[in-house]
Amino acid sequence: MKFAIQVNEGPYQHQASDTAFQFAKAAIENGHEIMRVFFYHDGVNNASSFTLPPQDDRHVVNNWASLDIKDADGNPELVVCVAAALRRGMLDESEATKNSIEGNNLHPAFRISGLGQLIEAGIQSDRLVVFGD
Amino acid sequence: MLHTVNKSSFERNSLQSCVNIIDDTSVILFIEDGVINAANNSKSSMIADLAAQGRVFALQGDVEARGISSKLADNIKLVDYAGFVDLVVEHGTAVSWV
Amino acid sequence: MATTKKFMYLNRRSSFGTVYAIESLEVVLIAAAFEQDVSLAFIDDGVYQIVEGQNTDGIGMKNFSKTFHALGDYDINKLYVSKESLEERGLSESDIMPLVYEDEDDDWAEKSSIKVVSNDELKAIMSEQDVCLSF
Repeated sequence: MKFAIQVNEGPYQHQASDTAFQFAKAAIENGHEIMRVFFYHDGVNNASSFTLPPQDDRHVVNNWASLDIKDADGNPELVVCVAAALRRGMLDESEATKNSIEGNNLHPAFRISGLGQLIEAGIQSDRLVVFGD
Repeated sequence: MLHTVNKSSFERNSLQSCVNIIDDTSVILFIEDGVINAANNSKSSMIADLAAQGRVFALQGDVEARGISSKLADNIKLVDYAGFVDLVVEHGTAVSWV
Repeated sequence: MATTKKFMYLNRRSSFGTVYAIESLEVVLIAAAFEQDVSLAFIDDGVYQIVEGQNTDGIGMKNFSKTFHALGDYDINKLYVSKESLEERGLSESDIMPLVYEDEDDDWAEKSSIKVVSNDELKAIMSEQDVCLSF
C-alpha cells in the first residue's frame, strides 16, 4: 500500500517525528511504500543538516535520511514546506542565494517545495497519516 | 477509520472529542502520551465499552516506555509499529486527535 | 485522471496561541486549486478561529480571520461547526462570522458556508472522508 505521512513537529521537542519515523520504517519493512513525507509547521526542523545531538541520543535527521525515501527519478520525497521553512530559517542553497543569505542548512536527503505537495500526497496515496501535537 | 489519540485525557480533551464522534466500526489507537488513556484510571469509563468490543489499541513501545504495562485497563490490545501500520491498512482513513 | 477525494481539515485550536490555525488556513487555500471535495470542521477551541470581532492590534500578529471570507470564492463552502463545542463555550451561531458563497447551481444566490452540526451529524460527515488533516 502507498502511504503518505505528514509531520507537524520539530525533532526533540515532541515525540511526533520519532513516532512518524518508526511508523515509516515499519511500513517499508513490511513491504509498503512511503511515497512522501511532508514536513510542516515546526516539522521543517527535521531537515536541518546543522543538527548535532549528543552521541548517546538518536539522530532524528539522519534517521529520516536513512530511510532513503525517493521517487522513481531519485528525487527526495522527504519534502519540507517552503513557506513554513523560510519562516523558520530552514534554507536550501537556492533559497539562501535568492535571499542573499550566507550558508544553508537543508539536509540533502530532503527537498523544499510548496504546500501543493501535501495535497498531491493526499490524492495519490492510499492513506495519509498525520503526526503532530 | 482509525483514530489515533496522542494526548492524555488528564492534559487535553482529544480522546473525549474523538469518542464523541466515533462511528460504530472505527477503532482507536493510543500513541505517545495517549497511552496514558489505556491505563486503569478515573477516566477509563470513557473507553470501557469500546474496549470491550475490541476496538481500543495501544502502542506497546509507548506503554512500556511510560511504565504502565501492568496497569492497563481491561480489553486493551497492544500493537507494535508494524501493528500500527496494519491498523491503518485495515481501517481506511486515519484521523489524528492531537 | 480526475481523482476526487474528500478532504477534511480538522481544526481544534484557537487562532493565535499556536501556529496551527493560520498554517491550516494556508493549506486550505492551496487545496482549493486541486478541485477536491473540501470540508472544514471546527471543534473544541477551533470554533474561536471563526468568531466575529477578532482584533489583533494589541498583540502584533496578523489578523488572518478576514481570510476566511475568501474561501467562498474558492468553492470551499462546507464549514462544519460543532454545536456542542459552541454551547460548551457559551457561544452560538450568531457569534460566528457570516461566511458565505455564491451557489452557481442556484442562480448565484448567496448562501451561508457555516453549518452548525451536532456530534451525530459530524460523525456521519467524518465517516465519508478519504483524507483527514488535523491541525
